[in-house]
This record gives sequence, structure tokens and C-alpha cells, in this order.
Amino acid sequence: MAGNWLLPAETTTSGRPVLRPGEVESSLQPSVDLLTEENPNLPPFRSGLLILTTYRLLWLPNPESTTTTATTTTSAAAASLPLAAVTHIFQTKKSIKGMFASPRVRFQVSVTPEGKVQERGSKSMVITLVLRGKSDPDSFVAKFWEAWRGRAWEGAVSGSDTGTVSLGDGGGGSSSGGGEAGGLALRLPVVGVSGILRKEQEMWESTDKSLQDAFQDLNALMNKAKDMVMLAEKMRQKLLSGSNSQANATNDDEMGSKEEMQDWLLSVGIVSPVTKESAGALYHQELSRQLADFVKIPLERAGGIMNLIDIYCLFNRARGTGSVPYGSPSCISISFILERTSDSLFSFGTELISPDDLLRACSLWEKFNVPVMLKKFESGVMVIQNKSHSDEEVFSRIRSLVQKPDALQTGVSATDAARTLGIAPAMAKEHLLAAESKGFLCRDVSADGFRFYINIFQDIDPNDEYL
Amino acid sequence: MQTIGDHKLPHFFNYPPYFTLQPVRETREKQIQLWKELILDYCRTQKKFVINVEQDFPLFSNPAIERSLTHEARVAFLSALVLDGRAEWMDKSHRQCLILWHRIKDWADIILHFVKENGLEDSVMTVEEIRSGIESRGTEIHGMDRTVLMRALKLLENKGKLAIFKGSSTDDEGVKFSV
Repeated sequence: MAGNWLLPAETTTSGRPVLRPGEVESSLQPSVDLLTEENPNLPPFRSGLLILTTYRLLWLPNPESTTTTATTTTSAAAASLPLAAVTHIFQTKKSIKGMFASPRVRFQVSVTPEGKVQERGSKSMVITLVLRGKSDPDSFVAKFWEAWRGRAWEGAVSGSDTGTVSLGDGGGGSSSGGGEAGGLALRLPVVGVSGILRKEQEMWESTDKSLQDAFQDLNALMNKAKDMVMLAEKMRQKLLSGSNSQANATNDDEMGSKEEMQDWLLSVGIVSPVTKESAGALYHQELSRQLADFVKIPLERAGGIMNLIDIYCLFNRARGTGSVPYGSPSCISISFILERTSDSLFSFGTELISPDDLLRACSLWEKFNVPVMLKKFESGVMVIQNKSHSDEEVFSRIRSLVQKPDALQTGVSATDAARTLGIAPAMAKEHLLAAESKGFLCRDVSADGFRFYINIFQDIDPNDEYL
Repeated sequence: MQTIGDHKLPHFFNYPPYFTLQPVRETREKQIQLWKELILDYCRTQKKFVINVEQDFPLFSNPAIERSLTHEARVAFLSALVLDGRAEWMDKSHRQCLILWHRIKDWADIILHFVKENGLEDSVMTVEEIRSGIESRGTEIHGMDRTVLMRALKLLENKGKLAIFKGSSTDDEGVKFSV
């Protein structure tokens, strides 16, 4: 297929790109066309979401069209373009005419003789990005430039290729290009709490020279962060293999460090949080997708349904630790290492979202084809549940619960139901109230509290009531 | 089976939710229906004409399961009876309720039937005689609430079946039947 002149990009089921270890999103642009003016034979990518990361340019088909029309999804799959293949980025020309047309960004990539984008390809080709969305092209170009010059991908590639990383020799190499790469890769855009913290940091910097020195030291440390990720990864591998092969030969010390390591691995999060600055108007949409990916595992553990507040805490903790998504401890985040090693001032633990953002992100799920949904109980309590999680199943369990001989005599309280269903009492109460509203239970309010009985009102025959 | 006095109670009288006003509409409708029937039934057998919402009423609590109706629930059930025309509030603040297990016109028919049975078509009786005299003994009229009786007699007077007049004693009235 001629459309394959870019590399394919993996996406999650909810349409978020799958990022590589250490890859960080730095800008999102809606409604972008990706095309080449030199070679009209190559089909253009029209009106999609362009994501600039520290490693790649990702082009995703329009979020709306992926859910509404299946044909769009198949014809225009997500594509990626490694920044490594970019050989030059042209300055945007300012002209009167340009003020009225959609802004264009041009850059040159190396390609194979067939026109396929490739690193170190023999030919080169100019690619044009048409930014149709409301965005600032200059800042995008600046970020593009920054990410390209940063060469963050190099550290990742060489690290995984050679597999030899040591803490000692990282400092020397980091003073030149590599140093810049580490710094750029870590410079996440910030808003909210982190924005305030950053501002405070800047104030310190300007007023206190010595603090700035300290900060520089920290930069040096951060330059080695990628190496440390490798090291940590290696340690984990070793731990995993060690637990198999040397199960009998472990001493207490090793056990202790293993446990500690396991603890670390438990608090994993998300490496590339979607922030308001990087996503702009797309913020809630992207957050929504990220959240949908994130909640899968916690939901499974909680039996298919979770309180929105619990999700809020978990999600913010994951964003706070800035690590990889739940349950995939294949990559320990940079910030995570930093926090462990230096009690970092510059932690990522501040990319928190507000409750309002969470609610909006959840409400957007209706638009996307995601396996989770937001449900509001009549009392106003909101929960996140799997679409496959059916009320029927809960009802049938409640049904069997209230028909036990004890329950027929004395009814069930929310606490009883919580114990049987294995969920929180507040949630159990919601289920009981839902069952009540369907006419299946009825309530008994007395000095003893709030209890539910199976509804026999409907079965009472007025003519037969003395039998 | 549980009883209050000689009145037999339905089995659901021991069902705790029966004493909690149900919030779900369909369930509540059914519950109210059951309560209306029980109240009318109980009042008929016990010859109770007036229920005071703020005082203890045997039907409104079940010591066996330690449940009793709240004020709100009592008002709700009695108001439902009022809507059906089977009860009337006796005051604006809804403290006392007159229970009409027979409607006024049914009472009037019962009185007419009583008059014919006893050959009183052209006789004169006092109101107190109708309520507590020898003739009415053993009928539903015996011991009937004076307010209800007077309303039934007024209805018959409007139909020309009798005439009400002031008797010799000031506190009693006379009735001249002319069926």
C-alpha cells in the first residue's frame, strides 16, 4: 500500500499512542495534514491529530472519525515518523499571504529510493505539515526544533543496544549533546500545581545564585537519568531471573533488597502525562483516553466497579509518580529514580489533574469507543465501571442475599450487602437503592437503622390477605 | 395470627417495611392501598369513626416488631383515604380524621332500610334514639358517630324523605320520617 511511506504507530484500544520507554509527549496539534508537495504519488494524511514526542512525530486519525466510521480507521491508520530521520527543519516564512492560509511547517527527512521514510536513507524529501487547528505554529516549531535537536532517542537506542550502562562515566559525556538531550527529554510542560511550583522555582533561581548552582547539579544528575533507567531495568531483570534460578541460595540481605525493589515497582504510574499545555483544546479528550487505558487494571481488581473518588486518587498518584502505566513495570521512570536518589526538588510528582478535569474526561467516554463508562447513581454518587459489568449480575447476588432465611426475617443492611458482594458499604448501599428503585427491594427505617427487605407488596393479594 | 382486640391482622402486619413509607412510587402505591384497606376494615369492625393523628392508634404500631408509623406516614395514608372519599379531615391542620367506611349516601340508604324494616315510615324519633335506642340495636346504626348520622339525615332531608326539627330539649333534635 502506498500509504505506508511512514512507519506504523501502535495505539491503545482507546486511541492513545503507545509511547516507548522514556518517550515524552511535548506538543499536540489538532487537525493537521501531513503531506509531501514534491511527490504527489504518496497519499497525504489528512486532518489528524499530530503528536510531537521527544522521539517521534505521531499522526493519529481524527478522534471523531475513529468512533463514527470504521472505514476511516482502516484507510488512515496511525503513522509515525522518527525524529532521527529528520535532516532539516525549515524556518517558517512570514508573508502577508501566509496570514490568511493555514500555517505550514516544512521539514526535510531522509528516505529510501522508493520514498519510504527511513533513518539514514539515501534520498531526501520535504514534508509539509498544514496546521488547520487553532494553535500557535511558532511555538510548535520551537518545540519541534527543541525535540529534534535534543536527540533524546539516541540515548534510548544506544542504551538498549549495548546494554552497558554505568553510573560513573555518564557525567563526562553528558556535558555536550547528550546532556542537552536528557534535559530536554525531561522538560515537561507544566500547569496547575506544577506550574505554581515551577514559578516558585524560577523565583528562587533569580534571587538566589547558590540555589541555581544546586539546580545545575541536579541537571547533571538528570542527564544521567536515562542511564539510571537502564540500570534499574537491568536490576529488575536480574531480580526476576534471580528469583527463579537462585531461589534456594538467597540470603536475608538479598531478600530485603528484593522486597524493596518490589515495593518500588508497585508504585508505577504514567510516563507521559497529558497536560493542558501540551494538548491545548484536546486536553480533555486525550486525558479521557489516557484515563480509559489507566483504569482497566484497577477496575479489574475492584470487581468491575470503582468509586470516582478512588479513581481520582489512583490516577493522580500514578501521574504524580510519573511512571509507566499501571501493571507494566517494564520501565521505571526517570523522575522516580530522581526522587529515590536525590530527594529531588525537581520531581514530576505535580502533574495532578483537578476533580473537574477528571469528571470531564470521564464524560467524554461516551464519545469514544472505550470499554469503560461513567455511571451516576440516583443519589449523585458517581462510579466508573466496565461496560461488561452488568447490574443484572449484582442484582441476582442481592436477590439471593435477601432471600436467605435470616434476611427474610431481619432484612439486610448496606454493611451486610457489602460483605457479601465484596465491595465498599457506600457502593453496596447504592446497589441496594438501585434495586429498590426497580421495585425489587423495599426499605425499613427504624431506630435500628436502615435495612432492606425483599419487596412482597407486589405479591400481596388484597382479597387473600388473611391467608 | 396477630390480633388487636378481636380484630384479625393481616400477615404483612409483621413485615417491617410495611411501617416505613416507601419512596418508590409503585411500591408506595401498593403499600398505601394495603393500609387503606386495613384502616377501613379495622374501623368498621371496631366502630371507630375518628382517628387522631397525634394520638396512639392501635393500628399504627406493632410492638411485636417494634415498628410504628411516623407522623408523615399516618398523614399520607389518611390523605389517601380522603382522596378516595372514604375519610374527611375534621380540621384544617389535619389532626383529626373522620373515617367513612360507609360513604354518607350509603349511611343514608342504611337508615332508610332500617326505617322500613321497623315500620317507622311515618314516625318521629330523636337523633339520640336512632343512635342508641332499642330499635337500632344490632344494626350498624347503633352507636354511630353523631356527625356522620346528622350528615346522612341532612342528605335524606334534602331528598324529602324526612324532616329535622328542634326537639323539646335543646340538645337533641327530632326526625319526622315520611318515606
